[in-house]
Amino acid sequence: MMELVFERTNGLTEKPTHYCPGCTHGIIHRLVGEVLEEMDIIEDTVGVASVGCSVLAYDYFNCDMTQAAHGRAPAVATGIKRVLPKDRIVFTYQGDGDLASIGMAEIVHAAARGENITVIFVNNAIYGMTGGQMAPTSLVGQKTATSPFGRDIALQGSPIRVSELLATLDGASYIERVSTHDVASIIKAKKAIRKAFETQKNGLGFSMVEVLSTCPTNWGIDPKESLDWVKEKMIPEYPLGVYKDVKGGK
Amino acid sequence: MGKVLMKGNEVIAEAAVHAGCKYYFGYPITPQSELVAYMAKRLPEVGGLFLQAESEVAAINMVYGAASAGVRVMTSSSSPGVSLKQEGISYLVGAELPAVIINVMRGGPGLGSIQPSQSDYFQATKGGGHGDYQIPVFAPATLQEIVDLMQDAFDIADRYRTPVYILGDGMLGQMMEPVEFTERKAAELPPKDWATTGTRGDGGPKITNSLRLDPDDLEKHNNHLQEKYSKIKENEVRFENYLTEDADYIVVAYGTVSRIAKNAIKKAREKGIKVGMIRPISLWPFPEKPFYETRENVKAYLTVEMSAGQMVEDVRLAVNGYKPVHFYGRTGGMVPSQEDILAEIIKMAGGDQ
Amino acid sequence: MEPRVVFNEELCKGCSLCISACPKNIIYLADRLNSKGYRPATVTEQDKCISCAACGRICPDAVITVYRPKKK
Repeated sequence: MMELVFERTNGLTEKPTHYCPGCTHGIIHRLVGEVLEEMDIIEDTVGVASVGCSVLAYDYFNCDMTQAAHGRAPAVATGIKRVLPKDRIVFTYQGDGDLASIGMAEIVHAAARGENITVIFVNNAIYGMTGGQMAPTSLVGQKTATSPFGRDIALQGSPIRVSELLATLDGASYIERVSTHDVASIIKAKKAIRKAFETQKNGLGFSMVEVLSTCPTNWGIDPKESLDWVKEKMIPEYPLGVYKDVKGGK
Repeated sequence: MGKVLMKGNEVIAEAAVHAGCKYYFGYPITPQSELVAYMAKRLPEVGGLFLQAESEVAAINMVYGAASAGVRVMTSSSSPGVSLKQEGISYLVGAELPAVIINVMRGGPGLGSIQPSQSDYFQATKGGGHGDYQIPVFAPATLQEIVDLMQDAFDIADRYRTPVYILGDGMLGQMMEPVEFTERKAAELPPKDWATTGTRGDGGPKITNSLRLDPDDLEKHNNHLQEKYSKIKENEVRFENYLTEDADYIVVAYGTVSRIAKNAIKKAREKGIKVGMIRPISLWPFPEKPFYETRENVKAYLTVEMSAGQMVEDVRLAVNGYKPVHFYGRTGGMVPSQEDILAEIIKMAGGDQ
Repeated sequence: MEPRVVFNEELCKGCSLCISACPKNIIYLADRLNSKGYRPATVTEQDKCISCAACGRICPDAVITVYRPKKK
């Protein structure tokens, strides 16, 4: 007789994703779906999809979903959260172009207000959907479609560390940066996502998990090499860890 | 409840509360800041929420979120701020979300002035944001009319699942008049079974969305929007005819300008010029019928606006070459005077009466 | 024997992340194409699987279901 160890979560719909082979968006979707299922909040949740590769996230999460304009997901989530009964859970799922570039005002102010929402921030250091342009999180020297000679600080400035930035705000309650480059990191990432949703459920205010993610297609390397690139190139620039944990005294 | 003396901006706010709106997201801008301040005080009293956003862009997206969750919600701003809201308004249209948007217009372009203007007529009635859409636009001329139109605006928003504009100008926002908030029977409206509020107790997941990647799908959606616009054109046109029955000449004006024009018309009548007025109350859908009914008999039309000539284009389309359509406008916050308009009427009538 | 690891081949994009995560090196891309044109990941040596679910946890497409023998 066999018993089940691991299966596809009911937090996701049956729909196959449009993500490129090896793109870790799919892992992060699954982690969010698993957390929603394990916390038994699928039916209480409204997710907000952003613009970028994850624009179609509304088709993949098995809860009510709203699609937001580019960068505006935290404002849309604010509108939803503020008018619904208190037991409703609202999260945004945003990439680095959406959140850290065009949507910087919305994310900063949502955090500053202590909006009781959860933000899943997927940082893969590039614009994926539009074809591999430089993001605010692209690494110094990183070659992209719009930094063909490598990101040059004199021309394009330095990468933005969003978790560190938002952790300075009193309204932020829980902020952690995690990664998806190996199984142990993925298990940690899920714990962080769970903690963020619990922060919201307990009414403690703004929570965000920044997840370092890959873009094999636009980085121009294979999926496995992409995981190594996260480990070797991204993590030194974007150190993992808890940046804010009001309940935990940090 | 009897009549109370109130300022225009506050009337807009209180009228919205009377129309059942409990949620407001906005950003301060002159000349409508009293509206924002009034809502900040008033909405907590009715168990609602006022939230000052970090920008007009954020405010309209908060409106989008609240509307997607199925509540009556509004925002307000003035011209430069309404420009910033255009992205969100286009998304509201695309996702078919109801909301009411107030524009207390000021002079432009750019930062312009803080004085009254009607220079956003094109923006409101011809799209404003990207895409192929229309929004119902109502332009009250008195504070009492604001009260009456506000309930309509929210009902129309909910009935057709569309954003609705109320267009005023700095004068309307700042003037004081007695108004009465009469209680009206709630309209019969379809249930908001499309709202994304969490699936508990209401079946499978729903999606609020304006993205339709399949061209066939998007065209179907756009055709659906156009059908909706046809219904709005059938049912929601509003206008006032003033002394048009025997008129040889007709002045066309909306909002506060129509009040000045009315006085000029009275003076012209004293001089023996038979002049009347068509006052569009719905700017979109534009009231074409009163023009069809008068264009055979009158000699000419005069459109008066606080703009360089925007509504006059719709007047010309409705008159369709039957008769000359003249235009008189002031811009930049300058208000046409009764004497100016009278002089234009006399000129149109071809002499020095 | 009953399989310990089952692949929903139609969802697989052949990215091979499961191959890199498997401590027993028993996953490989099959010599056939699924309807999307990808070579799906698969396992034949089911007896070597230790049911650790590393493959399922790293799979971006929720392709994989993992079982283990019930303890008696």
